[in-house]
Amino acid sequence: MSERSDETGPSCPLPRSHDTVTLAHGGGGRRMRELIDGVFASAFRSSTAHDGHVTPVTAGRIATTTDAFVVRPMEFPGGDIGSLAVHGTVNDLAMCGARPLHLAAAFILEEGVEIATLQRIAASMARACAEVGTSIVTGDTKVVEHGHGDGVYITMTGTGLCEHDLEIHPRSIRAGDAIVLSGDVGRHGMAVMSARETLSIECDLHSDARELWTPVAALLRADVELHCLRDLTRGGLGTALNELAIDGGVEIEVDERCIPTIEPVRSLCDLLGMDPLYVACEGRFVAIVPADQAERTVQTLAAAAPDERPAVIGHVTAGRPGQVALKTRLGTLRHLPMPSGEQLPRIC
Amino acid sequence: MKHLDEYRDADLVQRCAQRIADCVTRPWTLMEVCGGQTHAIVRHGLDELLPDGVRLVHGPGCPVCVTPTAILDKAHEIANRPEVIFCTFADMLRVPGTATDLFEVKARGGDVRIIHTPLDAIEIAEAAPDREVVLFAVGFETTAPANALCVVEARRRRLRNFSLLVSHVLVPPAMEAILRADDCRVQGFLAAGHVCSVMGVSEYRPLAARYRVPIVVTGFEPVDILHGILLCVRQLEQGRHEVENQYERAVRPDGNEAALQLVREVFTVTDRAWRGMGSIEHSGLSLAPAYRDLDALQRFGALTGPDDAPGECLSGEVLQGRRRPDECPAFGTRCTPDHPLGATMVSAEGACAAYYRYRPVPVGAESVDDAGAVRELGAVHDTGAPTGTSALRDTGEART
Repeated sequence: MSERSDETGPSCPLPRSHDTVTLAHGGGGRRMRELIDGVFASAFRSSTAHDGHVTPVTAGRIATTTDAFVVRPMEFPGGDIGSLAVHGTVNDLAMCGARPLHLAAAFILEEGVEIATLQRIAASMARACAEVGTSIVTGDTKVVEHGHGDGVYITMTGTGLCEHDLEIHPRSIRAGDAIVLSGDVGRHGMAVMSARETLSIECDLHSDARELWTPVAALLRADVELHCLRDLTRGGLGTALNELAIDGGVEIEVDERCIPTIEPVRSLCDLLGMDPLYVACEGRFVAIVPADQAERTVQTLAAAAPDERPAVIGHVTAGRPGQVALKTRLGTLRHLPMPSGEQLPRIC
Repeated sequence: MKHLDEYRDADLVQRCAQRIADCVTRPWTLMEVCGGQTHAIVRHGLDELLPDGVRLVHGPGCPVCVTPTAILDKAHEIANRPEVIFCTFADMLRVPGTATDLFEVKARGGDVRIIHTPLDAIEIAEAAPDREVVLFAVGFETTAPANALCVVEARRRRLRNFSLLVSHVLVPPAMEAILRADDCRVQGFLAAGHVCSVMGVSEYRPLAARYRVPIVVTGFEPVDILHGILLCVRQLEQGRHEVENQYERAVRPDGNEAALQLVREVFTVTDRAWRGMGSIEHSGLSLAPAYRDLDALQRFGALTGPDDAPGECLSGEVLQGRRRPDECPAFGTRCTPDHPLGATMVSAEGACAAYYRYRPVPVGAESVDDAGAVRELGAVHDTGAPTGTSALRDTGEART
């Protein structure tokens, strides 16, 4: 599918929502067209008439990013794999200071996935695109045998436009810069975990998944001199800070007392023996800005998202390149290391 | 958070630390038994708040760390079988046996399932009657009741496809093994609160009396731990050696009678090998004769793996409080969480992993890499307490 087009409707019969994906949907024939037209092209209001999408070049710089999305369960409190894919891609563009232009989506579908589930995911993707004025203009589907996938995998590529002269990159980080966190951490990871069937925990916890272009655009409009931006994803805040310290060749010091977490996240982390600082987020970022612009950064973020409790959490020093130090709630100092791998719940 | 935030209160922590400093007149070496306590101490930097001379050494209370290689090898062998669904707590996945770990077994096609409660394994067994479901029953007295409940439930549901690979260990015999050693340097214990919430405190009284050592049942939050240290140090300063209960909000003197009955019904006390420490008499649980048909070793063959070879890993020394992790030459260099030489570097509750994760990097140290930087810490954070045989002798004299 390509060439966004609103004038043509689906040309094949819609798959019935109680149907499931079969290998025939990946065979390149009529059933595949039914699936693409009936589920994806109709939701994304895109055409399947050509192999790619062409867009005119305007002033500014083009940003490109790509990401793959796998999540279980596919639908969780506060989002699903579709909204996650759009937000994740838009957010990577936003971290470059780029306004999202167009997205491309490739789907790997496992035989047996319900068409109704796909329709919900596609509708969710369309809504997520509409929030930031972008669209999915081209894509692909493949079907794999039952047992060879995990429902739906999505790979998404995005292009965006940088309409400013800032060099938003780890190499722009300077000693003395302030580190601003856009909101409380850990909601996404714990919401997904609490939704897993194997963990019979009832809690009112929703993912923090959201698009981050709106707050970044607000910072750009407020003329904040953004040195670097980094969204918090799988490894949470701790991993993002370590990446910035390594890539920027600086030391970072943060104060645990300034890092907001909400009570259900803290409780669930305590229960499972996990550290909220390493729990996944999908709608939070850190902005590294000159110290004298930190307060303006917080105020701008708070105005854009009043419920998310943005805060200055620390600063950059020239000290020990690649290291992150954490001042604990008790006033002691400890290392905040790059994690070895995924956090695992403890025995007792 | 109700009933939790007050135990993490910075002012209370500082006041507790001050009271410890006010009461101490000479050096003391205390052991916190449980890995959860070790983790909390290092994560919150609680040892930084203690006066010079109060030295904490870390005990054997990490079930992941003390599970012997022979049992791990058996677990890996069973999990590899095509008919088996192998159910385990997540933190056993990374623990290396002789040749592999459960992560690798899973990656190569073994059906390894992470469970959050042992009863999940029962549900899995009922839903898959054509598969053999094996529960890796690991842990101290804390996890024994839930595993015992599984056994009772499997019998009630007449499940024929369910069995347990049991590697349960008991805390008091391990504490006694540490105290009995000629070179023991431990003068007071912080006992594991969660274990006592099941077992009660009575088992500790003979130990305290026989070895003239104070034992304070202690919780896991910063205020709990410092309060436990205060009670322990106060006893030492006053020449007392009693069992005290700091964790009264969770621990009743008689423990949890219902849980104890269940454990006594299902398990029987046995000798058990501890990784790094060797075999300790009466230090483990195995299935009682009435439930032996649910023993995975009966179903899949007895242990055949080797005893733990000494090797380069000094985790046995660490688990017995003879060395701190940063006193091991391999710490942070040849042994890291990505390339562990032993289980104390693997488990979230392992003392070596806790030191590797949380020790701050001293200003001025070389920072070639993470490992190198952490390796420098031993010198910076040494409390000045004596080490080596002279210290051990000092400790022994002080205790007797």
